[in-house]
Amino acid sequence: MTRQVLGAVFENFFFELGQVFELGWQAFKSIFKKPFEKANFLQQLEEVGVNSLLVVSLTAAFGGLVFGLQTYLAFHRYIGPGSESQGGPIIAVGLCRELVPILVGLMVAGRVGSAMAAEIGTMKITEQIDALFSLGAHPVRYLVVPRVLASLIMVPILTLYGDVIAIFGGFAYNVLLMKVNKTLYVQNTLKYFEIWDVSVGLIKALIFGLVIAVVGCWQGMTAEGGAEGVGRATTKSVVVASIAILILNFFLSKVLPSTLR
Amino acid sequence: MNKIKIQLSDVHKSFGQKQVLRGVDLDIYENETIVIIGQSGSGKSVLLKHIIGIMKPDRGHIYVDGQDITQLSEEELMKLSRKFGMLFQGAALFDSLTVAENVAFGLRRHTNLSEEEIQQVVKASLERVGLRGVENLLPYELSGGMKKRVGLARAIAYNPEIILYDEPTTGLDPIRADAINELILQLKKDLCVTSVVITHDMNSTYKIADRIAMLYDGRIIEVGTPEEIRNSSNPVVQQFINGRATGPIEEW
Repeated sequence: MTRQVLGAVFENFFFELGQVFELGWQAFKSIFKKPFEKANFLQQLEEVGVNSLLVVSLTAAFGGLVFGLQTYLAFHRYIGPGSESQGGPIIAVGLCRELVPILVGLMVAGRVGSAMAAEIGTMKITEQIDALFSLGAHPVRYLVVPRVLASLIMVPILTLYGDVIAIFGGFAYNVLLMKVNKTLYVQNTLKYFEIWDVSVGLIKALIFGLVIAVVGCWQGMTAEGGAEGVGRATTKSVVVASIAILILNFFLSKVLPSTLR
Repeated sequence: MNKIKIQLSDVHKSFGQKQVLRGVDLDIYENETIVIIGQSGSGKSVLLKHIIGIMKPDRGHIYVDGQDITQLSEEELMKLSRKFGMLFQGAALFDSLTVAENVAFGLRRHTNLSEEEIQQVVKASLERVGLRGVENLLPYELSGGMKKRVGLARAIAYNPEIILYDEPTTGLDPIRADAINELILQLKKDLCVTSVVITHDMNSTYKIADRIAMLYDGRIIEVGTPEEIRNSSNPVVQQFINGRATGPIEEW
């Protein structure tokens, strides 16, 4: 019995994974086909990027502050008073490589991925997707490609922006609030912190952006069963994208080299 | 008789375990209005979506102007959709676009008209369905009947050869429903189109149909003029057109 259930769960998992890859592949093929839906693309750039700025600013600022706080405490307690300026590079590396990409990924999944699933799902159940087809617009080209491209571009940009805010948050807590020696803090940071650390975060963000958009669109395109179905699709898009982001993040951290020096 | 515009031959379609179409054969002639009747859930909408290529049959062939559309690639199907205008059940207007942009949608993709010409055609198409001054409204600001009219204006804007109507009068009050019937008749006269209508509204059927086909149990069980259908000896047809709860149709 349990074997049957497990079998069904696995079968369903691989079936859905197949659907996601197929949609991603279709979107990829469609990128180069004309016409390019420019108006939708610009609208999605605004939706994914500009409209996420406030959320990303807040999460990055407080993420940076609390990371600064814990690092300060760790040096203060375990290494001893006066060693806190050693925390600078740890804060910058930790934020750029891990915390900011994850926070941005999760926030965008919640804010934008869910909206994609809800909007496309509503279009699906009200036959607007069929209407697109009957009026000569390919649904994947019209709906999915602009969203995937916008996410691929905007999630890394949001992450880079979040890096700056978060690093400043960590700096503000240590230097401005706890009076850690500013010169030493900056010197230590510059000594160990590499451009590669930022790049790792941006590579992750690129992949997270792809996952968020493809999962959101996939859930929308496969939604069925009225308002309830759209609700389910919306929830599922956030859960699936968030879990995928956290799992992928670990493996990317493991695979990507820790330094290029 | 006119030449055959659309031909369905042995069309089968299942969803999971459920067999919806079990071998549909139907010839649709140029310039005629054929009404496909049948119970709710009998697969009428599914049949309509096969004709335009939104769905592909599991087995069988569909010919449009002699071309087998089941063999076409997605790209070719998109091009073929130029021949079709479709009025969806809930109108399926794009929520985020104004009425004018909805009507212009097919024109922008199916034709090479200039922006000025597009605006003229949009206005003319809306007037054809009896709407004026609604260009800048959004779909949620329209009543159900107006939505259907806009949906119809959008479907006819680029002069399709075939118009598909999915339950055009469902959900409308009798007066608005009849106004839609009049529109269907008028469009047929003005544009010389082939029309395929699916409905379970018998008043509407008798008013607009040149021929009637009944879909039952996944097949077309009877085709004929309204007079022939009225006098049909098939008890299933008689039960349906007279709207009786008792008879050979027990599933409802």
